[in-house]
Amino acid sequence: MVASVSVVEDVPPADYSKHGLTREKLLWMWRKMVEIRLFEEKVEELFLVKGLLIGPAHLCYGQEAIAVGAVAALRSDDPIISNHRGHGHALAKDIPPRLVMAELFGKAAGTCKGLGGSMHVAIYPEKGALYSSAIVGSGIPIAVGVGLALQREKAGRVAAVFFGDGAVNTGAFHEGMNLAALWRVPVLFICENNMYAMSTKVERTMAVESIAARGLAYGVNCMAVNGNDVAAVYAATAQAAERARRGEGPTFLECKTYRRKGHGVYDKAEYRPPGEVEEGLKKDPLTRFRRVVLEAGLLTAAEMDSLENEVKREVEDSVKFAQSSNVLSFSELEKYVYFVGE
Amino acid sequence: MRELTYSEALREALREEMLRDSRVILMGEDIGVYGGAYKVTQGLLEEFGPERVRDTPISESAIVGSAIGAALMGLRPVAEIMYMDFMTICSDQLVTQAAKMRFMSGGKLSVPMVVRTQYSLGRVHGSQHSQFFPVWFLNVPGLKVVLPSTPSDAKGLLKAAIRDEDPVLFVETGLLYRMKGPVPEGEHFVPLGKAEVKRRGNSLTVVAFSRAVHEALAAAQKLEEEGIEAEVIDPRSLRPLDLAAILDSVRRTGVLIIAEDDVKTGGIGAEIAASVMEEAFDYLDAPILRVASPDMPVPFSPSLEREYMPNSDKIVQAARKLLK
Repeated sequence: MVASVSVVEDVPPADYSKHGLTREKLLWMWRKMVEIRLFEEKVEELFLVKGLLIGPAHLCYGQEAIAVGAVAALRSDDPIISNHRGHGHALAKDIPPRLVMAELFGKAAGTCKGLGGSMHVAIYPEKGALYSSAIVGSGIPIAVGVGLALQREKAGRVAAVFFGDGAVNTGAFHEGMNLAALWRVPVLFICENNMYAMSTKVERTMAVESIAARGLAYGVNCMAVNGNDVAAVYAATAQAAERARRGEGPTFLECKTYRRKGHGVYDKAEYRPPGEVEEGLKKDPLTRFRRVVLEAGLLTAAEMDSLENEVKREVEDSVKFAQSSNVLSFSELEKYVYFVGE
Repeated sequence: MRELTYSEALREALREEMLRDSRVILMGEDIGVYGGAYKVTQGLLEEFGPERVRDTPISESAIVGSAIGAALMGLRPVAEIMYMDFMTICSDQLVTQAAKMRFMSGGKLSVPMVVRTQYSLGRVHGSQHSQFFPVWFLNVPGLKVVLPSTPSDAKGLLKAAIRDEDPVLFVETGLLYRMKGPVPEGEHFVPLGKAEVKRRGNSLTVVAFSRAVHEALAAAQKLEEEGIEAEVIDPRSLRPLDLAAILDSVRRTGVLIIAEDDVKTGGIGAEIAASVMEEAFDYLDAPILRVASPDMPVPFSPSLEREYMPNSDKIVQAARKLLK
């Protein structure tokens, strides 16, 4: 029986190298977090200002440190399972922004050939983005099966599944956690606690305070971490992944963060109490990271700005690429329903 | 040919596929140590070990969900859901996850998985353990739905289902588990989507599925005494459906009855009747009739359940009505 939730402290910059956070890795993290931020801002603009995108889209900005910190600690061939709020997972897994943007536009060049849409952009097995479920919680049992296959493969790979605080109230979560513990599968269950399940705040969906503690009942290793500290998410994920690779089973990792926008792109989130957003913004993961690494002299402002400019161009380019791409012809759809040969 | 029971034939298919392909794994409630609620998997844990024959908790959505995950990674899981009634508990995983994956990924993902289940109509199991609703899953493009009615088909279709690249719902008939019949040894393979003409005849066509196939054959026997030659067709799978075989027969006989264990409204027969009307309206000499279960939950009381179920007499009556 696992005794208690292990709380991972924020990682001070002096300890970055001890955790394997090299300069190269820090630059990658910054680049990816900025990429997700600028991408999501662009998506919001394309929906609300330009009216070029339609349909549901769940933005993840404010939560960049979780996707980036976790993916940075995984191997590129470790499969991940994403969810409806998955643009960040896709970008963190190094899927080119133009493919993600093309998917949002429903174009054939998109990650899912335009057949998935915003909630499935992170289905791109070529980059280890194995699957993304738009049904809350449903990716969790699927991840257990992925873990089962990895356990058999004996190549030291681990799987990670991302979900929100809303998912921990689904049956799929409880069934999946129990089975994961029972079978000791190498799976990381990464809960992005952004405080809201659509409009309902976490304290109105659970009678207990700690989400992380829910894993204890199943005998799963449980960790809680500040989801706005990319280094802490990285350190926690690395520790959990090592444990899983050693055959010691799954970890449930609660990353606390804040959903700075509404549930979906059209949701103005007027249900939030006054002052809450301001408090949330103070904990912004990008602002925090930039301050920390500059103060510690780990990166320079010039190189961070230069990466940011590079990303800006890439995001602009992704829109042009998506707009100029074609849509699949309707007659092609039939061949994707059932297997029709290699 | 040697004879096996329907459940022995299923076990033989599982065993042969597990020997042939190490990617085939089994998971489900009580399938290992206990050998399965209906003993289909008996002995397989002993032969293949706990890595490949996995007892699970009572967690239907995790059973099907983890089978999907394993299939995504290249394994060939066969999940057992003890009663078809329990399919409602794991339907998100089968319907909304597995069935959509190939399509939503633009053809990149493949879910070669079988969900075996059974319906227990006729076994006095009451309303919550007797339901048969394969059409719910017929309504889901991306899934295949297979309904074996004999020991031979049970083996041949299960082998085909396991080798299929898409998710297959394989619905066994609980009442038939002890039924004996000839089953070819070794590589016996019945492709999905290929009907079998169980009996030739030119007076009328009876299309029947699962247990109703045997009722249809018994009805054909009785009708023969009256000089009526019924052709009995078992499509064996609902999707893919061998509509061509049905149309072929209807074009000859001009009269069609569909015999089915599910309830009449929105059932298998409704779908087949509509397809036949679309394709062979001009060949029909009479209205299409359905012999199905009535629109009510399955009653427990044994005599009431017998009355509830489609049977050969009901099929005979329908035939007489059409041919009078």
